[in-house]
Amino acid sequence: MGRRVAIVGTGHSKFGVRNDVNIPELAYEAIRQALDEAGIEKKDIDLVVTGYVGGWSSEGLAPVVVMEYAGLTGKPAYRIEAACATGSAAIKTAHDAVAAGEADIALVVGVEKMNESPTPTVVEFIGRAGNYFWEFENFGLTFPGYYALYATAYMQKYGATEEDLCKVAVKNHYYASFNPKAQFPRQITLEQCLKSRYIAWPLKLFDCSPITDGAAAVVLASEEIAEKLTDSPVWIEAIGVSSGTSNLSRRPYFTNLPAAKIAAQAAYKKAGIDPENPVKYLDLAEVHDCFTIAEIMAYEDLGFAKPGEGYKLIREEQTYIGGVIPVNLSGGLKAKGHPLAATGISMAVDLTRQLQGRVEKGRQAEIKHGRALAHNIGGTGHYAYVTIYSLSKPRSA
Amino acid sequence: MVLPVWWRKRIPRYRFVGALCKDCGRIHYPPRNACPYCGSRNLELVPLPRRGVLESYSIVYSVPGDNRLNAPLPIGLIRLENGVRVVAELTDVVPEKLENGIEVEAVIRRIGEDGETGTILYGVKFRPALGRK
Repeated sequence: MGRRVAIVGTGHSKFGVRNDVNIPELAYEAIRQALDEAGIEKKDIDLVVTGYVGGWSSEGLAPVVVMEYAGLTGKPAYRIEAACATGSAAIKTAHDAVAAGEADIALVVGVEKMNESPTPTVVEFIGRAGNYFWEFENFGLTFPGYYALYATAYMQKYGATEEDLCKVAVKNHYYASFNPKAQFPRQITLEQCLKSRYIAWPLKLFDCSPITDGAAAVVLASEEIAEKLTDSPVWIEAIGVSSGTSNLSRRPYFTNLPAAKIAAQAAYKKAGIDPENPVKYLDLAEVHDCFTIAEIMAYEDLGFAKPGEGYKLIREEQTYIGGVIPVNLSGGLKAKGHPLAATGISMAVDLTRQLQGRVEKGRQAEIKHGRALAHNIGGTGHYAYVTIYSLSKPRSA
Repeated sequence: MVLPVWWRKRIPRYRFVGALCKDCGRIHYPPRNACPYCGSRNLELVPLPRRGVLESYSIVYSVPGDNRLNAPLPIGLIRLENGVRVVAELTDVVPEKLENGIEVEAVIRRIGEDGETGTILYGVKFRPALGRK
């Protein structure tokens, strides 16, 4: 079905509190880099897909503002939104257009300036990411609160501890210390995490991803164009997508995310990966660690560990380089930062560079299979995207 | 909030009800007009059991908006006696003594004020169950 699609250029801004730039300037940091890497000019682009959640920032119509600044006015344009999975949804949309022959070269950019609003406003805005009346208006359940319900259920059922959760944060900060684009490029100790204040028990400050400004971009091209542009395209081998109920109370269980499981199964099936043992096919993964518990649940939803055994992977340090499967070598959402719409694209950028063996020393995975996985969740499992990136050309498009 | 919004929300806010599908027998919470399982529109509002078991909980310390004065906020995920699940605020609890599996019961409590109009809001909260069923 359709044509094969590859990433031929990547761009990534510095993540953090970016009061030094406005939205189009921030987006252009990533766009310029992606175009340079791809070795193309603006006139070569057939389609621009912009991921943007917005709400907390000044610009209402980010795509047109970004495109005017970048000199891309006139190209087909639209904005994509799927909460925290917006970046992956934007990639999927552009991928489908290229696969269908609607475009030969597509630019995907995700940008967010979450620090333009004060923290309580951002907390309130994200707290609405669920079912507004039933879970927010009545008692103000916050986003950390949603994941805390999962954490409590998981810990009580399987015996994971707050220390296990903090070990995820320690790992991700460790790898962020090698990533100059990360919001927090520094290590933390287990004690620091354990002693940090509670945001929503049992989740503490260091269990939570930060409020971040940032942008990321990729250039996608059809097989024919990609092979002309580069010797080492990174192919989008499979994208699995699923969704979950808006009300948490309608979920069948609270120790895993059903949508993530469905998305993973779909992606594995298309890529020919054995769902019983996916780690044998993958060199590394970027997973959606908006909270530390989310990374542990991701291990299980993706089949890296059996149900109820995800916390053992981090306890035994199996998700460091040299372990069963290295996870979040970019620093993850936790320490690299989580500018919602940029996150999924940032995963694509980092995995592309990992597969091509060109990330910073200290966080480069050993590439044996030539495959990497991105797991990007919107809301509390409301949207789920699992994408497989590969150095070898997929068997089918 | 404007008057029509208050009117629309009066039942779910002040009554603890779900929607019973008269064709397949499932009970939905929050209540709804159509059954997502069998497609039936033959539903009626029914009172929900007031007792249930705490399946999971959190104590939310960082609370936004007008509700921040009530922080820390204990929140529970409750499985009612008929299997229906509800997310609600917990009341009359000592956070350290909370534990998954304890019995809880629904009560009507003040949950805040509307900032613009000063209207007092009431809603359903859950407390540790008192006495026998």
